[in-house]
Amino acid sequence: MRVTIRLFARLRDIAGAAELTREAASGATVSSIWQQLVGEFPELAAYERSISGALNAEYARMDQPIHDGDEVAFLPPVSGG
Amino acid sequence: MSASTTPACGRSHQRGTRPKRRLAPFSGTRPPPLGFRADSVHPYTGWVNVPLLSIGPEPLTLEPLVAAVLARPGQNIGGDGAVAVFLGLVRNHNLDREVRHLEYEAFEPMARTVFGRIAAEVAVRWPGARLALHHRVGRLEIGDASVAIAAATPHRADAFAVCRYAIERVKHIAPIWKREFFEGGDVWIEGATANPDDTEALAAAERVACA
Repeated sequence: MRVTIRLFARLRDIAGAAELTREAASGATVSSIWQQLVGEFPELAAYERSISGALNAEYARMDQPIHDGDEVAFLPPVSGG
Repeated sequence: MSASTTPACGRSHQRGTRPKRRLAPFSGTRPPPLGFRADSVHPYTGWVNVPLLSIGPEPLTLEPLVAAVLARPGQNIGGDGAVAVFLGLVRNHNLDREVRHLEYEAFEPMARTVFGRIAAEVAVRWPGARLALHHRVGRLEIGDASVAIAAATPHRADAFAVCRYAIERVKHIAPIWKREFFEGGDVWIEGATANPDDTEALAAAERVACA
């Protein structure tokens, strides 16, 4: 299945793209998509413990399952205000 | 989160609970009111359909937010006793760095959803409060407003508390990032790991709001 991945701030800089499309195995979770990304962009590993995940623009747990066509976003620690 | 009908800060808004203090009379020159049209007799007329929650590149002023929280379609508009406002500004220094400008980036559709969550958190803690929250994105210069908040409530203590609570929660969970451009470089600012269900963060926001 295909998923859209959105990256922000420093994560976007590391990957060199705000949006990626990737194939994911069935049974994939937010967490497994992150691991797939870390494999592709090892520098992301530094954010392992500090990222938040979002699924279709809502906060999601890292163990949440994803489906074909989902949009998964990874958020570094936020700094609005 | 329980659907309590008691304001989060307890009953501090009731009269007679604190001693009155006398303050020295104001003696400085009075600055023009921030963000208000000087030529307007009533600054809140003339604003219609201002969204309570918004994020975008437009410059921020407080007046539309005050109008938005005071417009209560179909409700008893005479019930408000106070509006408190908060304006967050781009400061010229941070951690011994001379800041030149900031760039704000957001996951905008999600930010709108998160603002709605913050408004819902406020509604549970301060029943009857009305919150407006606007955040700006893009390049901001020193002194520009990055975030504007207004809260209308029956009693003044709650209006201040709602503003403070809302800005704390923006900093905790809004999917927004600032990139700081300073003398000699730039850096993404990274604050809190965002987790809307973090009960410690929720309790901390309540605590500072009610302090």
